[in-house]
Amino acid sequence: MCLGIPGQLVEIVDPAEHRGIADVDGVRREVNIGLVMGEAGGIKVGDWILIHVGFAMSRIDEEEAQRTLEFLKLMGDVYDDEIKQFSQDAPL
Amino acid sequence: MKYVDEYRDPAAARATVAQIEALAGDRHLKFMEVCGGHTHTIYKHGIENVLPDSVELVHGPGCPVCVIPMGRVDDAIAVAKAPGVIFTSFGDMMRVPGGKENLLEAKAQGADVRMVYSPLDALRIAEANHDREVVFFAVGFETTAPSTAVTLIKAKQRGITNFSVYCNHVTIVPPLKAILESPDLRLDGFLGPGHVSTVIGNRPYRFVPRDYGKPLVTAGFEPLDILQSIVMLLRQIREGRCEVENQYTRAVVDEGNPRALKILGEVFELRPHFEWRGLGFISQSALKLNADYADFDAELRFNVPGVRVADPKACQCGEVLKGVIKPWECKVFGTACTPETPIGTCMVSSEGACAAYYNYGRFTKAATIPVRAAEPEPVTSG
Repeated sequence: MCLGIPGQLVEIVDPAEHRGIADVDGVRREVNIGLVMGEAGGIKVGDWILIHVGFAMSRIDEEEAQRTLEFLKLMGDVYDDEIKQFSQDAPL
Repeated sequence: MKYVDEYRDPAAARATVAQIEALAGDRHLKFMEVCGGHTHTIYKHGIENVLPDSVELVHGPGCPVCVIPMGRVDDAIAVAKAPGVIFTSFGDMMRVPGGKENLLEAKAQGADVRMVYSPLDALRIAEANHDREVVFFAVGFETTAPSTAVTLIKAKQRGITNFSVYCNHVTIVPPLKAILESPDLRLDGFLGPGHVSTVIGNRPYRFVPRDYGKPLVTAGFEPLDILQSIVMLLRQIREGRCEVENQYTRAVVDEGNPRALKILGEVFELRPHFEWRGLGFISQSALKLNADYADFDAELRFNVPGVRVADPKACQCGEVLKGVIKPWECKVFGTACTPETPIGTCMVSSEGACAAYYNYGRFTKAATIPVRAAEPEPVTSG
């Protein structure tokens, strides 16, 4: 739960509602980008973000995103669980 | 050095270990890593085993699942069992034991308990189930609290009335103070939490050097980050400095995330006091929904028993969370208490010190120490 997972913002669906789509290692889901819209220069498609419980928490550079992802993959189960939860739809 | 070879950049790790060896003197130094994510990295990568004997890491209270007392879990289960409720929770909380049972067991007995990835998923469930009461079990430090706050703001804007939050958000500074005030433990410095600091920044830690004379370095999560942060702590001590430094500049800025902090202020207020597992009651250490959001407060909407439940006698999670004992020093560690049948919270969460040590540490501890002793010291430019 506490894990921040890096992803790339691939689409801004609704800027007013802060809805974006992030791609984490090929898995896509909607994320809330409201908390990073105050970053210098705003937030745009192609930016890399640290995602926590479905929210972009900070903008990071691509190199940091890649090395964090690489590191998280080394964590094995913890990463697999996080990706599994990230890819799941809300149990409506 | 077997385990250092498994690091992402073994040469850099080796050089950093050499720096640590050069900087560490004879005096025994104890550094606390505050964050459960750090504890996980430390055990997984056998970091304790590549450090010189004079540098000891102790584990702190920074696992939000681990610090929730049993009584709060019982309250969650009471709400989950209330008629018409859909109770939503992060997966980590599902197996945390209450006084009698955990949320998974309550689910097996018929309570509608659903695992969600995000508080926004809980809100979507509420929007899709107008005839049901949907409750979100909010846990976490300042990393997670802004997400709950945004979700509540959306619920209010959309006029959703069948959604509420059982709020157990905690803040990182008060338990640090409690640990610094504790007579049980003599610490020489802190590895500050990484992701919490992306939100609160580095400034809230300034009291640590100012009032308690201990250095603090905000640290990233990779093994090399931890090793470099230890170098920064040792340098401060060697040079007679005592300040807050930031090793994790890749993600943390001094002012944190002002937008997230503002949103926290819009939705939450500090509780006068909150019980922490093992640390007892700490004043102003947790968040509750403020008057503007009282309609969404599950503690006001439902009848919660609010009974304080003492931790099981055999369990020493409290001492583990304060860094007073190591996981393997607990009487029930690995025997009565395992990740499959946890007695204490530290064995439940993957960020808990006991689970991390159970899964990784006990295998690497014996293996790496002789390797370090046999390894010639690499040359470093320092």
